[in-house]
Amino acid sequence: MTNGINEILNTDVIFILGSNTTENHPVIGAKIRQARLNGAKIIVAEPRKIDLAKDAEVFLKIKPGTNTALLNALMNVVLEEGLQDKEFIAERTENFEELEAAVKKYTPEYAAGICEVSAEDIRKAARLYASAEKASIIYCMGITQHSTGVNNVMSISNLAMLCGNLGKESSGVNPLRGQNNVQGSCDMGALPNVFPGYQPVAKPEVIEKFEAAWNVKLSSKPGLTVPEMMKAAGEGSIKFMYIMGENPMVSDPDTNHVKHVLEHVDFLVVQDIFMTETAEYADVILPAAAFAEKDGTFSNTERRVQRVRKAVEPAGSAKADWVILMELMNKLGYDKSYNSPDEIMDEIASVTPSYGGISYDRLECVGIQWPCPNKEHAGTPYLHKGSFSRGKGLFKGIEHKDSAETTDKEYPFILTTGRVLYHYHTRTMTGRVDGLNAKVSENYAEINPAAAAKLGVGEGDVIKITSRRGTVDIKARLTEKVNENVVFIPFHFAEASANVLTNSELDPVSKTPELKVCAVAIQAK
Amino acid sequence: MVNLTINGQKVQAANGTTILKAAESIGIKIPTFCYDERLVAHGACRICVVEVAGARSLMASCTVPVTEGMIVQTHSPSVIETRKDILRLILANHPLDCLTCEKAGNCKLQDYCYEYDIKESGIVGTKKNYPIDDSNPFFSLDRNKCIMCGKCIRVDNELQCTGAINYNSRGFNTHVGIPYDRELEQSTCVSCGNCVSACPVGALSSKNHAKFRSWEVKTVRTTCSYCGVGCQMDLQVKDNKVVGVEPVNMAPNDGLLCVKGKYGYRFIDHPDRLKTPLIKKDGSFVAATWDEAYDLIADKMRNVKENYGSDAFGGFSSARCTNEENYLMQKLFRAVVGTNNIDHCARL
Repeated sequence: MTNGINEILNTDVIFILGSNTTENHPVIGAKIRQARLNGAKIIVAEPRKIDLAKDAEVFLKIKPGTNTALLNALMNVVLEEGLQDKEFIAERTENFEELEAAVKKYTPEYAAGICEVSAEDIRKAARLYASAEKASIIYCMGITQHSTGVNNVMSISNLAMLCGNLGKESSGVNPLRGQNNVQGSCDMGALPNVFPGYQPVAKPEVIEKFEAAWNVKLSSKPGLTVPEMMKAAGEGSIKFMYIMGENPMVSDPDTNHVKHVLEHVDFLVVQDIFMTETAEYADVILPAAAFAEKDGTFSNTERRVQRVRKAVEPAGSAKADWVILMELMNKLGYDKSYNSPDEIMDEIASVTPSYGGISYDRLECVGIQWPCPNKEHAGTPYLHKGSFSRGKGLFKGIEHKDSAETTDKEYPFILTTGRVLYHYHTRTMTGRVDGLNAKVSENYAEINPAAAAKLGVGEGDVIKITSRRGTVDIKARLTEKVNENVVFIPFHFAEASANVLTNSELDPVSKTPELKVCAVAIQAK
Repeated sequence: MVNLTINGQKVQAANGTTILKAAESIGIKIPTFCYDERLVAHGACRICVVEVAGARSLMASCTVPVTEGMIVQTHSPSVIETRKDILRLILANHPLDCLTCEKAGNCKLQDYCYEYDIKESGIVGTKKNYPIDDSNPFFSLDRNKCIMCGKCIRVDNELQCTGAINYNSRGFNTHVGIPYDRELEQSTCVSCGNCVSACPVGALSSKNHAKFRSWEVKTVRTTCSYCGVGCQMDLQVKDNKVVGVEPVNMAPNDGLLCVKGKYGYRFIDHPDRLKTPLIKKDGSFVAATWDEAYDLIADKMRNVKENYGSDAFGGFSSARCTNEENYLMQKLFRAVVGTNNIDHCARL
């Protein structure tokens, strides 16, 4: 998030795209509604009529995979009606002409055809967003999990810059991180192309810095992302896989391929708190401590580094992940040892400029939002004040591109996936909480009643859903939430798993799979 | 700034400060039931009344702003007598089952009855007799214990903004409920438990999976392990077991949690937890020591590195783990294994 969470409370317009906030980030969902009680107006663009749609001034029930077309059309209206922030464009941005040319053809009428919404609603949304003093865009995986995910994100930046809604308190571009420490994992360099603090592995001076800090020779060749590693392991070039706290058998697209990989990789280590669907394929399983059994920090979606504290002893002989990793390093001949996680944080601070001022003594009472370059720095509530990381904000003209897989005669429905309030990711934790299971006990597919009627399917009937990659039998839940050509399946469940069906096609830049759109056929059973 | 006197002490307070807050600033505690600093005070319960010189009646200190020269008594005889009367009136319709009440030790009614020496009501009248609503899997609602402070309704409608519960009926029959007086489970309730956390008495209480008294637990402040909001919460721990979770009133969650944060902790001591390293032998897992597991992994790693090089390794780090662990995982792969094939589930 470029803004802090509580800045939502003081914004005038909140534009939510590709985020089912009240179910997936419930406390932020509550804050959005508090802002609405304070007078903020809400715009929602989503393929499903999510709960927040009823709080919205404008609800755009877009066809999955058409975000860029919608965003271009909003910008077309802004420019057509002269609602852009000319001062901001002149002072803080460059390449405006390219954007202007690119959005020209995206009239509301043109985009309405692509997005399957009304042109008038597009106009209303554009006016509302552009005329706000302070406006916040909130988005999530509905934007990024597309083969055009990077285009979608850049289009969001285009819109925010066009209206000058960036780099101010309560105004910004706010992606919500879906897992407790996705932000921190990225910050810590658990990414193939960057060291901690997003320092590129391909930069010689960065390699030199880390070689000196860690006292080893390092590779400057960028590594592979998770989907690329899956592919490489499937093809046999990766022989040894080490999976810590992940369950790709349920979370990753195209489960049949993942299964093939895990079965065939030479050696697989899985480190987790429960026997997961993935761990079943391991050669060695290492039992890890749960969050309540260890000390450390998580960095939340607003970049706030916060303490995690040990409350109970680990189960059995389980160990904290940091202990396991350190002991294994030592076993392999790398002698560095740490007495506790705060010593690791001190090392992080010494090599990570944005965490430079962070240490446990400063996190005792309240977390700190990075960038926090030194001990005297109080942290940074919102980003891009005065200038962007690259100096001027760069507009990019972006064309709408269809999803990698579009519907046809054989596969006439669009499948989109997501989470529900009562479960989390692959249910390794929530699946073991009785009350949560009582709330949502089994998998289901949301299907429009009109589509169901045509197929002769009633509420609770088992239907067969098939994509080019697999088939699942699943109970139908009839709801107007989805349009007639769309079905939705939560991806939490290993049974009738949505990811047996999903497409592993990647965004060419971010390598994020297109989990939000694939083509499927539905049959009554 | 405004100058006033509370219990004979001179106090300075900013304009708009309430008497309650001004008193608090000099260490004087005034009892409250319906007050919640996140909400605009509505003075419903009256237990916070104080005597203001020149005022015709006692005033609710949570709603009255301080004025220049104000003279306040927070514990004068008439204030104390009024508070006692309020407590007697509440007790007239409150079961005295503190012995088995989940909230004993963490109940404001119990605390104030102790503080003001109220043993029993002495007032005889009609008694409430509501069935307990046990329909929600995580908490129950016992309207017989409700003191009608309205806090749950306000938290639900103004902070959580779900709007599942509200006041039903009027007068003596007013009670917390959902439309048509159906059971909670048939409402729009999202089981966040924020009403439960706010309830000052035993009307809303969690269905605990372990028995504990509030004085038996230690609390450990931590960050929720579910989504990326990073809610701050206190784990309640008894005998090396997490038995409850309470939200913390600070950024970013300001005293709110969702159902997963409030009630999703019960996986921690689940019997399915992995408790020892496991090595697969002939297709099935066999328990091993840590050294056996480490040795096997290290041997295999040396072997693969020798035969296929560093880029034959792939490491999946985890967005579930801490910063320190992610840092070590990428360091293990980069500095020790020698590859940048390290990633995590950010894209999934």
